[in-house]
Amino acid sequence: MSSETGIGASVRRKEDKRFLTGKGRYLDDINRPGQAYGVFLRSPHAFAKIKSIDTTEAGKAPGVVAIYTGADLAADGIGGLICGWAITSKDGEPHKAPAHPAIAVDTVRHVGDQVAFVIADSLAQAKDAAELIEVDYEELTPVVSGADALASGAPQVHDDVPGNLCYDWELGDPAAVDAAFAAAAHVTKMDIYNNRLVPNAMEPRAAIGDFDSGTDEIVLYTTSQNPHVARLVLSAFVGIAPEHKLRVVAPDVGGGFGSKIFIYAEETVCAWAARKIDRPVKWTAERSESFLSDAHGRDHHTTAELAMDANGKFLGLRVNTIANMGAYLSTFATSVPSYLYATLLAGQYTTPAIYANVKAVFTNTAPVDAYRGAGRPEATYVVERMVERAARDLGISPVELRKRNFIAPDAYPYETPVIMTYDSGNYPLNMDTALKLIDYDGYAARKAESESQGKKRGIGFSSFIEACGIAPSAAVGSLGAGVGLWESAQVRFNPTGGVTVFTGSHSHGQGHETTFAQLITEHLGVPIENVEISHGDTGKVPFGMGTYGSRSLAVGGSAIMRAVDKIVEKGKKVAAHLMEASVEDIEHAKGVFKVAGTDKQVTMAEVAFAAYVPHNYPPDLEPGMDETAFYDPTNFTFPAGTHIAEVEIDPETGVVEVVDWAASDDFGNVINPMIVEGQIHGGVAQGVGQALLENAVYDSETGQLLTGSYMDYTMPRADDFPSLKVETTNTPCPGNPLGVKGCGEAGAIAAPAALMNAITDALGVEIDMPATREKVWRAAQAVQQAAE
Amino acid sequence: MPNVSMTVNGKAVSAEVEPRTLLVQFLREKLSLTGTHVGCDTSQCGACVVHINGKSVKACTTLALQNEGAEVTTIEGLAQNGELHPMQAAFKEHHGLQCGFCTPGMVMSAIDLVKTHPNPDEKTIREGLEGNICRCTGYQNIVKAVKTAADNMGG
Repeated sequence: MSSETGIGASVRRKEDKRFLTGKGRYLDDINRPGQAYGVFLRSPHAFAKIKSIDTTEAGKAPGVVAIYTGADLAADGIGGLICGWAITSKDGEPHKAPAHPAIAVDTVRHVGDQVAFVIADSLAQAKDAAELIEVDYEELTPVVSGADALASGAPQVHDDVPGNLCYDWELGDPAAVDAAFAAAAHVTKMDIYNNRLVPNAMEPRAAIGDFDSGTDEIVLYTTSQNPHVARLVLSAFVGIAPEHKLRVVAPDVGGGFGSKIFIYAEETVCAWAARKIDRPVKWTAERSESFLSDAHGRDHHTTAELAMDANGKFLGLRVNTIANMGAYLSTFATSVPSYLYATLLAGQYTTPAIYANVKAVFTNTAPVDAYRGAGRPEATYVVERMVERAARDLGISPVELRKRNFIAPDAYPYETPVIMTYDSGNYPLNMDTALKLIDYDGYAARKAESESQGKKRGIGFSSFIEACGIAPSAAVGSLGAGVGLWESAQVRFNPTGGVTVFTGSHSHGQGHETTFAQLITEHLGVPIENVEISHGDTGKVPFGMGTYGSRSLAVGGSAIMRAVDKIVEKGKKVAAHLMEASVEDIEHAKGVFKVAGTDKQVTMAEVAFAAYVPHNYPPDLEPGMDETAFYDPTNFTFPAGTHIAEVEIDPETGVVEVVDWAASDDFGNVINPMIVEGQIHGGVAQGVGQALLENAVYDSETGQLLTGSYMDYTMPRADDFPSLKVETTNTPCPGNPLGVKGCGEAGAIAAPAALMNAITDALGVEIDMPATREKVWRAAQAVQQAAE
Repeated sequence: MPNVSMTVNGKAVSAEVEPRTLLVQFLREKLSLTGTHVGCDTSQCGACVVHINGKSVKACTTLALQNEGAEVTTIEGLAQNGELHPMQAAFKEHHGLQCGFCTPGMVMSAIDLVKTHPNPDEKTIREGLEGNICRCTGYQNIVKAVKTAADNMGG
């Protein structure tokens, strides 16, 4: 049984039936009796003082229940939104955390900033009424680029943040790096822009606040990746309700990619307003609102320098980055360009000295926070573009240059100069595997063939590393996290042998209902159809930290394993009693308890039944079979791999065709290969999207978002890709009981550098992301003209 | 308010609607058929694709009133007697869905694609699904699923 449905099997997903038959229950599919509908009036300006708001006419419109502004929230003592990760600048000062009201009070700081909340009996009535609100704005000059915001005389986004500088942070040893550069035979230098992205989960964010005046409980239905974190923040910091009177439900969530980690203004206001009007309030974002108000990703301006000896051995890396935070700090914004970024600048290499300086700045744009990879894609992009540029500068093959600098497979645990201790890996093996997959030996012939047809062919590499799990708590706490980053699990046997697993992780596409069930099937012998996974409701599951940072299996799955251990321990006592043996003589394997050296045995189902029907039960044994565990790992996990992109460019049109893609990734042990492969496909697609298509552009003068819909922000579609060749190598992770590393973000981390390196290889010149057809065409034409 | 009547998943339905009501709103709000999703506001994403008189249509591009007398099939109407439609079954078999939000529209589009191209190659499938955005799968397993379903549907 377990060979087909246990660990290592590509079990078809248990959750699929409801999604395939239209029975998924996403937020907007939920309606509460008597609910009203909320609409946010949003700022049309990037930066303006609010001189007055007149809601008189709007208040008289048909169906209007209430209209609230920032003043109403403040009058109720509702606090602003918080950032939960403290960063200390190099001068010892804490990062600047300006006020972030859920509805703007006297100033709007980005297009889409909340100005008022209109509640009406119907959505159409709320929309109509919102148009009747008169706001008198005094427009100010905005600043949208991170680099511009640091210039002297730049507009000040917040009065209490001089020079728009949130923090000026550093990591590494500047003196060691200076020495490395002094001794270098060659230095490669690049300016690199990592373009701003809009996450664009296909389900727009939404929320319903539902207040029960009989119990004083608020139930908040929201599109969250971490409902308990939302409850904690809304209770302890925002003051919506005490934790025991606030239940947060995140039902089926249609994708997250980081954007649904954060605690947003809209859900805060819905939860608060439901009590004010004693009626459920529902808000669902339109896609244009998502573009304006979801936390964006990336947006780094970086200058990097790599020092090498005459043989191309890396001696030192110096990185200066300006990270655009947007107008306000989103929930974990500060951690992304600091500890999730600079700590990965060693990449897969033995670079002995690294120094990074990061200036995080405020601008009049939507807040920027974690998006699939969160800091780690930015790090890999810097390192891998630099390495490939260095290879070109030195005239060494990019494969050879990487191999000269890879950390050796026997060097683990390996301490980098940027505070990480890599636990395991085999980087040369990933490179060799990917080279085989792409048929590197045949590349020269393919290139010649392309050239004979007037096309330019290029190949590009990306040997990425990431730190996943976003745990242990002691480590992240020492780096400034305001929360612990463990995970919880509860394994509950029913009397008839079925199991419900309650997990603090949250699935929004990752397939936990299947992967987690496989763990129970493998270890407790329960048929997979008898295992149910429950998540996403603070009223049901133990306090959990949620899903992000490719952590769910490594941390949440390990918590399940801890609970399984407790079930086995308890089961042994029950089995000993049933078989009249001593506990020490009971052996357990896959749901069967045996008396050692005999043929006596009982099954897990019999043990569970006995635990709930404890007739003739020993007095010192508790009834029931229901165990809870919390798991806090000992280290991050370090998935790594090599991706190779092959492109063909038509210099006459600028069209980049991705003709082939090879990915060799080390995720440690794999529970469900089908799901892991799917994660790679999706991650690479987002990375390819970043490199070729996607770009969030704000007009530099007006601060208007120019790419505010799917008409302007180019989403990757089915005909933008070839089928990828994916393999995994499996160096078990020593840091958790499952030996797993996390696979959700890898593709998005690896892909941009691989693709841009391939495009550079084809064109012979470097361009920034996204490599749009126009940009590629101009570059190709310039090269051609220069040659003529 | 005007009245509209149509057949949805084989059942006659009739309701009063505001004239501005889109078909997708009619399906979701009046009929509680919430399997048809709304993923954008510019008719780009395809999460709301249904079949109208046998052809795939984005249900956000047509008013409910325009569909007087029409035969509409939604994702809820595909499975028969508890048996998944071959396209649904192929999506499950090939892991052609992750978060599931784009899936109903993707499945409805894919069925129409296979009707038009009974034996589609990879390029035809990729180009044929260009009107549906999926953010999770990278499309690779969707392509596999559609190919398998086409084979099983007798292409």
